[in-house]
Amino acid sequence: MFDQVREKGVAITGIGQSEVARPSLKTPLRLSVDACMEAINDAGLKPSDIDGVACWPGDNNNGDGFSPVGPLALKSVLGLDVNWFGGGYEGPGPLAAVINGAMAIASGLCNNVLVFRTIAESSARLISRDATALSKKTLGRDSNFMWQWVTPFNVHSVINIVAMYAGAHFEEYGTTPEQLAQIPLTLRKHAQLNPKAVMRTPMTMDDYMASKMISTPLRMFDCDVHCDASTAIVLSRREAARDGPNPPIRIEAIGAAMNQPYYWDQVDLTAMATADVARMMWSRTDLKPADVDTAQLYDGFSILTLMWLENLGLCPVGEGGRFIEGGHNIGLTGVMPLNTNGGQLSGGRTHGMGYVHEACTQLWGRGGGRQINDPHVAAVAAGGGPLAGSLLLVKD
Amino acid sequence: MPRKLPALTDDTRPFWTGGEAGELRIHHCTACERYFHPPAPICPRCTSFDVAAQAVSGRGVIVASTVNHQAWNPELEASYSVAIVELEEQAGLRFLSNIVNCPPEAVHTGMPVQVVFERNDDVWIPLFERRV
Repeated sequence: MFDQVREKGVAITGIGQSEVARPSLKTPLRLSVDACMEAINDAGLKPSDIDGVACWPGDNNNGDGFSPVGPLALKSVLGLDVNWFGGGYEGPGPLAAVINGAMAIASGLCNNVLVFRTIAESSARLISRDATALSKKTLGRDSNFMWQWVTPFNVHSVINIVAMYAGAHFEEYGTTPEQLAQIPLTLRKHAQLNPKAVMRTPMTMDDYMASKMISTPLRMFDCDVHCDASTAIVLSRREAARDGPNPPIRIEAIGAAMNQPYYWDQVDLTAMATADVARMMWSRTDLKPADVDTAQLYDGFSILTLMWLENLGLCPVGEGGRFIEGGHNIGLTGVMPLNTNGGQLSGGRTHGMGYVHEACTQLWGRGGGRQINDPHVAAVAAGGGPLAGSLLLVKD
Repeated sequence: MPRKLPALTDDTRPFWTGGEAGELRIHHCTACERYFHPPAPICPRCTSFDVAAQAVSGRGVIVASTVNHQAWNPELEASYSVAIVELEEQAGLRFLSNIVNCPPEAVHTGMPVQVVFERNDDVWIPLFERRV
């Protein structure tokens, strides 16, 4: 495809995360600073070493808590001298900032890029219960390129659309509610081993089946849990990263392709954009799905994780329901340990960056009670509907 | 039910106001001889500017559906149907809407539907009901 895959010259060298709370009493800016300083220190660097800042979706301080702090704020409050910085919503989903930061390093603009994501949806919803509703994203008439086609039909959350994807998957492949339940059930077990997870009480199949139906066939326990948190990583030039305290985790391949119209009701109903992204990622590496030791895959809604598992090639397309049946394959000792910190379903909706943080936590052997056996390769993916991006991470 | 209304632009006005004349209007490319949706000033397939809204039959089939049970705001009905409808004019020509005039639980994939319009201010929202 390309003679050089330049992201291989970029490595993750440090990670950080604030408290994950529901809600946090700290300001979003303080959460951001906590996460970013931890990541910079973890990389063995000083703020003066950081010469780039990336954030998805950037400052979106409109009361929905989706992204109250952007790169301008971090650049300023940490006194960073940068060669490049950027943030913005439009891109290949919540991993867009990692991809942008990697490109900034690969193209020689920066040596060390701070990538972060702050979310305060728990606090926002305490102030206004419908703070995160799609219908509140625009004032007055809806003119948003994507949302104007769904909000007039009383779609206030993408769950209605994702539920139709789930229904299509159920009808096309015979996936069952009992199979889908294994994602929230397994991730709740993982969350019980993660002291920072926001939902840690045991969950049974009966609990799952009894949880409120939100939009058929998706129940409340198929939905992730709002929280207040900030997550950060440091990206560095790989050759320079060898001098740091952590074994560099190289970005082996990026998936960011989008070969369909960018509307929620026009994408492939049982794959969304995940297949486009996966095809690109695997075209940029000699590694194969069988080389993946752990998968950290978007679980804003449980069915999205199933589609990522299938389309990344971690199980055959259409076989996802049978693959997760009983939960063994995706457990900590299974063939594909999934969302080992509890994911967003039970760990908290850190929204995208949490998966990168957990992949590095596992690759560096810092997982404590939830540590899996000696992983070297992690697949990370985030997004649903038309939003999708993925990373293949390898410990050098 | 109350609805958030869409902004009307030169591109989108035919779709959202065709109902005043009882017509579902979908953008069509004269060069490709194909419909496309959502409407835009250029054909996304061949980049021809020779595009315009045309009245279609309003007949279609449900390709996916869900019953919403969550009260996102106090004015919503207890449950309602959200569905993606594929129009009979062209494979893959589809959009999200609501199915009305039948219990939401009765809506299913493959169900034939016919457009009906619900006027809200200067917008005629294209909804669908069971086609017999």
